[in-house]
Amino acid sequence: MSSLLATLQATSRIGEPNAVAMGFFFLFIATTLGITFWAARRTRTTEHFYAAGRTISPGQNGVALAGDYMSAASFLGIAGLVSTTGFDGLIYSTGWLVGWPVVLFLIAEPLRNLGRYTFADVVAVRLQQTPVRIAAAVGTLATVSLYLIAQMVGAGGLIRLMFGMSYETAIVIVGLAMIAYVLFGGMLATTWVQIVKAVLLLGGAALLTILVLARFGWSPVALFSAAAEKYGEGVLAPGRLVSNPLDAISLGLALMFGTAGLPHILMRFYTVPDAKAARTSVFYATGLIGAFYLMTFVLGFGAMVLVGPEAIRGVEPGGNMAAPLLAEFLGGTPLLGFIAAVAFATILAVVAGLTLSGAAALSHDLWVSVVRREKADAKEQLRVARVATVGLGILGVVLGITFKGQNVAFMVGLAFAIAASANFPALVLSIFWRRYTTAGAVTSMVLGTASTLLLIYFSPTLQIDVLKHAEAWFPLRNPALVTMPLSFLSGILVSLLWPRPTESAGFDSVSRRMHLGQEVQPSASSLQPSAEA
Amino acid sequence: MVDAGFAARLATVAAARWRVAIVLTVAMIALYFGFILLIAYAPSLLARRLLPGLSLGILLGALVIVASWVLTWVYVRWANTHYDSALAKLGE
Repeated sequence: MSSLLATLQATSRIGEPNAVAMGFFFLFIATTLGITFWAARRTRTTEHFYAAGRTISPGQNGVALAGDYMSAASFLGIAGLVSTTGFDGLIYSTGWLVGWPVVLFLIAEPLRNLGRYTFADVVAVRLQQTPVRIAAAVGTLATVSLYLIAQMVGAGGLIRLMFGMSYETAIVIVGLAMIAYVLFGGMLATTWVQIVKAVLLLGGAALLTILVLARFGWSPVALFSAAAEKYGEGVLAPGRLVSNPLDAISLGLALMFGTAGLPHILMRFYTVPDAKAARTSVFYATGLIGAFYLMTFVLGFGAMVLVGPEAIRGVEPGGNMAAPLLAEFLGGTPLLGFIAAVAFATILAVVAGLTLSGAAALSHDLWVSVVRREKADAKEQLRVARVATVGLGILGVVLGITFKGQNVAFMVGLAFAIAASANFPALVLSIFWRRYTTAGAVTSMVLGTASTLLLIYFSPTLQIDVLKHAEAWFPLRNPALVTMPLSFLSGILVSLLWPRPTESAGFDSVSRRMHLGQEVQPSASSLQPSAEA
Repeated sequence: MVDAGFAARLATVAAARWRVAIVLTVAMIALYFGFILLIAYAPSLLARRLLPGLSLGILLGALVIVASWVLTWVYVRWANTHYDSALAKLGE
């Protein structure tokens, strides 16, 4: 096996400057900057900057949602995990999808009808603005920065591995491109960058899937069978990855409910004209994302059979190069270059979406609502949003370089855990529960964020994997099993102990708006005589 | 501000909408955590071979994804036909 490994390493052109990769990469940058230039002329107000003027169609938003959500971690990471562990990797393929139906059933339509730019708009709608917005901004910024660090560090490493560029150069290029998209083109440019990226990623994955299946008589079962023949029947069955059932449930909670609390995903529902369009867009997104994760079954097992787990780990111990290596095996350097460029585009698009949602929390929630108490004029609002974008972009680059070489894989799980334990409970309780109060909302968001950060610190993820201690005080690798119920219960308890009848009284008009939308004025409908009366 | 009949009819539509949402959410939770619990507590059941190359675990994993599609389709279909028309009739 080691001789095979040596030949593979000798023949793989991964890590060398690759003309095709460079070509596709510059084509992507040129196209997306062209889109940004076009979008910049249409971005004149905060309504445009944060919500693309609410002109995005359900189909476009569905593809853009898929683009925002499918990160390089899911493309390279899951393909790598399946190619090296088999069935265990597929647990992630399903876990990353199952939050989407929850987004559809509980969140998308009320969010579109109740808010303007951020999820804090919804939580604060009948509560006190200042404390709720500060707490929501803390949850948003914690989620966004952790996700951003994970993406940036991943980007630097990947680009170095695939293009032979230095880590710092790669981070700075990613930072500059994302600042350009968001600063000049706002949500309109960001949406189209997501659409281009989603089409490239789905197209690239579909092409690889077709090329793999062509070698196995178009039968995935024949492919799995070949994997079992080569590496044992164990690759088709649960292995050691899920050794602790509570760990598996806790991670499952974070993935399922964290999706419904990710600020950059929630923000996308404001870009469509109405609640029905929001509903339709999640339906399309679920279809595309599900199709993508089904393809990871074929890509992962394809890489396992055609490239081999040892060779994949030999190039990069985490297995992240499985999909690029598979591409090189199937289509030589040109296909490798294409897939490398797709991976780069994927990272760029995700960080642009994150930056925009972080900028909205800073400028719309903190500056305009808390500091200026809604007294900022339209010009100032847009200026602050742009300053926040540049600030966050620079912060992303600095954090990316600071965390160079660190194990940051846990940060994605942590971002999902905070989203599930701070943002999601506050959102659900404010939508569904009449007696939810300001103090309850602040408690659930602050306690959710703080307890997640604290328990992650004491978990095996940080104590054993990162800090290399022998044991960890808290047993679960992902804390959502504890922190999500804690956030719900503390919010409910505080609201019940200190009821606020005036805040609860606002629930009727909120409920009306939640179903009918902001455009329908209650007074207008009351003018029409009721058929029953 | 709003007449009582309108408010009562809206409350009925809202209750139906949340009933559907909660039933579907619980179905999704049951499907996914059922799969996770099988992985955790019955790995040998999932290792069972249905065909050469197809274990029960792989089939169920793919079915969880398909079930997510089906549930979102059920909701969108219900909302497009029943919920939207009920909302449209509120003002009549």
